[in-house]
Amino acid sequence: MRDPGVVTGVAGPAPAADRPRGLAGDAWRDLRRSRTFWIAAVLVALFLVMAAFPALFTPADPRACTLDRQYDGPSGTAFFGYDFQGCDTYARTVYGARNSITVGILATLIAGVIGLVVGLAAGYLGGWADAVLSRVVDVVLGIPFLLGAIVLARRLSQNASDDGVLAVVLTLGLLGWTTAARVVRSSVISAKNQDYVAAARMLGAGPARLMMRHILPNSVAPFIVVLTVLLGANIATEATLSFLGIGLQGDAISWGIAINESGRFVRSAAAPLVWPSVFLALTVLAVIMLGDAIRDAFDPKLR
Amino acid sequence: MTEIRAETDVLPGVDRAAPLLEVTDLHVEFRTRYGVAHAVNGVNFRVSPGETLAILGESGCGKSVTAQAVMGILDSPPGHVTGGEVRYRGLDLLPLPEEQRRRVRANRIAMIFQDALSALNPVYTVGFQLGELFRVHRGMSRRDARKRAVELLDQVQIPLAKARIGDYPHQFSGGMRQRVMIAMALALDPEVLIADEPTTALDVTVQAQIMGLLAEQQRQRNMGLILITHDMGVVADVADRIAVMYAGKVVEEAPVHDIYARPAHPYTRALLESIPRLDHKGGQLNVIRGLPPALDAIPAGCPFHPRCDYAQDACRHDPPPPYAVAPGRTARCHFWREVVGDE
Amino acid sequence: MFRYILRRLLQMVLTFFGATFIVYALMFANQDDPVQALAGDRPITDSQRQILTERYHLDEPFLQQYRYYMEGLLTGDFGTSLTGRRISDMMADAWPVTIKLALLAIVIAATVAITAGVVSGIRRAGTFDNVTLVLTLVILCLPIVVLAPLARLVFGVQLGWFPPTAGRDASWWALLLPAIVLGSLVVATQLRVTRSAVAENLRADYVRTARAKGLSGRRVIGVHVLRNSLIPVVTLVGVDIGNLMSGAIVTEGVFNIPGVGFNLFRGITTEDGPLVVGFVSILVIVFLVVNLVVDLLYAALDPRIRYA
Repeated sequence: MRDPGVVTGVAGPAPAADRPRGLAGDAWRDLRRSRTFWIAAVLVALFLVMAAFPALFTPADPRACTLDRQYDGPSGTAFFGYDFQGCDTYARTVYGARNSITVGILATLIAGVIGLVVGLAAGYLGGWADAVLSRVVDVVLGIPFLLGAIVLARRLSQNASDDGVLAVVLTLGLLGWTTAARVVRSSVISAKNQDYVAAARMLGAGPARLMMRHILPNSVAPFIVVLTVLLGANIATEATLSFLGIGLQGDAISWGIAINESGRFVRSAAAPLVWPSVFLALTVLAVIMLGDAIRDAFDPKLR
Repeated sequence: MTEIRAETDVLPGVDRAAPLLEVTDLHVEFRTRYGVAHAVNGVNFRVSPGETLAILGESGCGKSVTAQAVMGILDSPPGHVTGGEVRYRGLDLLPLPEEQRRRVRANRIAMIFQDALSALNPVYTVGFQLGELFRVHRGMSRRDARKRAVELLDQVQIPLAKARIGDYPHQFSGGMRQRVMIAMALALDPEVLIADEPTTALDVTVQAQIMGLLAEQQRQRNMGLILITHDMGVVADVADRIAVMYAGKVVEEAPVHDIYARPAHPYTRALLESIPRLDHKGGQLNVIRGLPPALDAIPAGCPFHPRCDYAQDACRHDPPPPYAVAPGRTARCHFWREVVGDE
Repeated sequence: MFRYILRRLLQMVLTFFGATFIVYALMFANQDDPVQALAGDRPITDSQRQILTERYHLDEPFLQQYRYYMEGLLTGDFGTSLTGRRISDMMADAWPVTIKLALLAIVIAATVAITAGVVSGIRRAGTFDNVTLVLTLVILCLPIVVLAPLARLVFGVQLGWFPPTAGRDASWWALLLPAIVLGSLVVATQLRVTRSAVAENLRADYVRTARAKGLSGRRVIGVHVLRNSLIPVVTLVGVDIGNLMSGAIVTEGVFNIPGVGFNLFRGITTEDGPLVVGFVSILVIVFLVVNLVVDLLYAALDPRIRYA
């Protein structure tokens, strides 16, 4: 039982002992060597640029639609042809990145902040605070995510006259923090019970110093991983809500809306359904791959 | 116990007159992505019915791997047996097809492990795990198997065996769990029992009970017992012979009294001197300097030479063969005469 | 065992009231005009307004409203949709086809996930494992709004292998493609969990013991490793049901399957507030009950929990 473990343990290559390296340094070194990481990072960067400067990718105006061109094939820079309203499918797909990614990032930030605060409070304070906060997490998890989002998005967008971005951001942010909170809570609790933290406390370190120096760094890696996964999920859920008609509203350009509308006319033209789908899937794929790569780098045990 | 043993008696090549278990020049290596670790490098030993052989060594010396190779339960990959023979009654087990090999396990050679809590399956009752042996190897019905399981628990002195047969491993105390393990190993009346650190995870008082139980069962059944341990104290009382392992080799093999009285290998000698003794109270304990070698970088010549007080030039180049110190006694040391002669 | 069940039951009661309260509060609390909120943008007659006000006790204090709503839920009275149909009747119509779809999806997903997961776990880092890992990553990253329409387009419309829509009395065959789409929502996670559980359990000491007992490889895997590896997979089922519900809304919408998800989808698009509230409440209850059952099942599978 012991021996094989000992064998692999001692058989490892001697570490290049130039200078001591922390977990973050090790993780970064591993990341740089990971092919998955680079593919994901390039894709993510591409979509970020697309969201920020869509005009770099297409000179066309996504809102310039004329029914004359309904279902026309590809021409000029309209690489994917035109949809049933005569809009340039490629241009609309490119411009769709902005809403998806904005919603995804903002919602993830909100969820991350709530999750961090709740998790730290529950884990550090323990006792009653922990019991109450953990029950709150249970209750929120008791509502299937999309069902809760349907009700909340519906409510938040009721009086809104805008394109619904804020409503969707709030919906996803207010419902999505539970996993982050659980992860932070458990890593805080495990850090709190470490001998070195107990030692620091006995040496007179105050709560603030304990939190900043000893407990928070411990939670960073799992927290980042959860947030990346959440970002992917948020982008997908935004599309789903928009698809269902309770996400982005009106004439907002969104992959979800495009998929819904073009889905009804697939027999006439498939491209307006296929391309937004592909872009959406690639974005989610890139983000989740990034999360996978980061998790692998931070947690060598999983490999 | 008169049971049908047809399935193993048809093992071709078994010779009742041959030695019970004989391991010759066994080699095992682990191929990992960091390189090859030579865990076992030519181990020889032999066990007869009723005899207790203790295999002694520090962790990482290859004693557990040797046991697993004999049983044929090495994790492979990364573990590979690269040479040698494991003869049971004259039949070399290593080249046997898995189907025949597995019929030897538990039927002829059984094994008990160090930590009974993790070695027992947490989600099945002990009754199931014991009865499984009879159902698989003897084709018994669930009911008969259960009855035999109760008998076995009785034999290893578990109180209220009948009531506890439906309990799960975590409901037993550490000592009781180890008794369950022993019952499981004895179930099919094996001729050889390999006990890998059977008492290391237990309290000292319980250790003595478990060793007592093992010794008693061995006497009753006239089994060959291979006791793997790092604890010289455990060995002295129960073993007939001792094989000391270092860096994947048996460096000294001798009857238990000879080894305690006059070790013939510097490593054995150092091990003995590092045991705290009541009659030496106040004196200084000798600690072996240095560390055991990494198994992917075993020193040339005698693997012990960097830590050895007797080491000379020859030790750095020529690996010592097993010198015959006395009849039935070997030591892999060029200077065994000096070691034995020293007081 | 008894204490475990009791604790879980108490937790569930708490979660149940909390979750329904949140859903209800989101719908009705602090509305300027709750009646209009129920009806969405559509014009509303005075008589409709009166019926809705009475029905939801909108003229009474909020907590009182919630009490009536809970009474309704617990006595099986889920209200009436704006089209005038009773929600319980609509549910009775919708459940059979949804259950059929969900069962098919679960069976397909579990079969694929457990078989492939076990094989992957045994032959880790082999070709099969690597291919499976890539495939599950791709499936994990395909949102249902991408998967359902594309699957319908490719296999239903273009290749014509499956019927592109399934109607009211859909046959198992017509439900197969939607079920595969729905099952793919949960198959990837199940497979990955099975794989890592098998890989981990294979290294466990009790597997070594099982081999030392001279059991065949098949029995070691099938009896000793599998049972231990299924425990984490079973705990996933609770989460899976939530995913399946979300997925069913889109899948049934895309394939025109008149089940629970389809009705909810239509309720959302036609802004039928009472329908949405009623359906969501019922689904939340189903979700909670399934999760309780899963917890009990977990205890049955893992004796360490049972006696804790």
